[in-house]
Amino acid sequence: MGLLSLFRKTPPSANLAKERLRIIVAQERSVRGAPDYLPLLRRELLEVIHKYVNVDPAAVQISLGKEDGHDVLELSVSLPEAKRDG
Amino acid sequence: MAEIIVVTSGKGGVGKTTTSASIACGLARRGKRVAVVDFDIGLRNLDLIMGCERRVVYDFVNVIQGDCTLKQALIKDKRFDTLFVLAASQTRDKDALSSEGVHRVLEELANDGFDYIICDSPAGIEKGAHLAMYFADRAVVVVNPEISSVRDSDRILGLLASKTARAEQGKERVKEHLLLTRYNPRRVASGEMLSVEDVKEILGLDVIGVVPESPDVLSASNAGTPVILNDASDASRAYEDTVARLLGEEVPLRFTMEAKKGFFARMFGG
Repeated sequence: MGLLSLFRKTPPSANLAKERLRIIVAQERSVRGAPDYLPLLRRELLEVIHKYVNVDPAAVQISLGKEDGHDVLELSVSLPEAKRDG
Repeated sequence: MAEIIVVTSGKGGVGKTTTSASIACGLARRGKRVAVVDFDIGLRNLDLIMGCERRVVYDFVNVIQGDCTLKQALIKDKRFDTLFVLAASQTRDKDALSSEGVHRVLEELANDGFDYIICDSPAGIEKGAHLAMYFADRAVVVVNPEISSVRDSDRILGLLASKTARAEQGKERVKEHLLLTRYNPRRVASGEMLSVEDVKEILGLDVIGVVPESPDVLSASNAGTPVILNDASDASRAYEDTVARLLGEEVPLRFTMEAKKGFFARMFGG
């Protein structure tokens, strides 16, 4: 670190890396060990839902968990607010 | 009983081979019988780092395919009588390694009285990496304090927990350790680089060593002398500490703080 470096400081970015990693690692861990067909199932489900309701892909959450020793596939769809006429 | 230690990382270029070579030398220097095996089929490099590239006659695949005996393929290190290298082959056929073949070679090494078998994994999560970790008792996951390396390490930790013989047979799980390499305390202090604590927290695993970024690592590979043997280097001391911890000794972490510099060094760089 010489005199010059005092004038061109790189902004501290380690925190940014840490935050991003925390999120992505948590997300990747949540689908770890899930069956290989899950991404495809997810896509096809999305297509079917999309046929009937115009939802944002991000509004469809598919997760695999365990409950009382059973694998549970959880599908959660937040529907857009319905427009009511009259 | 031989202990099988895989050195792995997912990401390439983080220091797996450097680490394998240094850990192997460190263990041998303490009198252990050590075999270090290159699993990077097609891209042999451990021989260069160990400085025995001109003495490779037979390789790992030759042994598996029965072209030679294991004894013929093991290259005895010139520095330590108890250290042997098994080189990877340069064949382009990645399927040359078979699970049964690897198992057979590792068993034969164990029966030959080796205390430690160090498996130097290739990068990635393909067959070579899979087989390098499959029979392991312990894993040293080499990680740089850098975002893609940390993510890949987490991926590898997932595989260690599910795609190993221990996991599949429901045995005690593979002992996992993190080894941080290319650590730059100055950049950590200024908030530009993830700290040891950050990486530990994200991956939820303890650290078995922190190797500071050092120009000595390049000169070591240039010379074919594993960096742990350069006693004047901080990287050597960090690897020596790591070996001690692998053997169960309790050694405090060093080289994680910025070295104090004198007034002139601070003003004029150095």
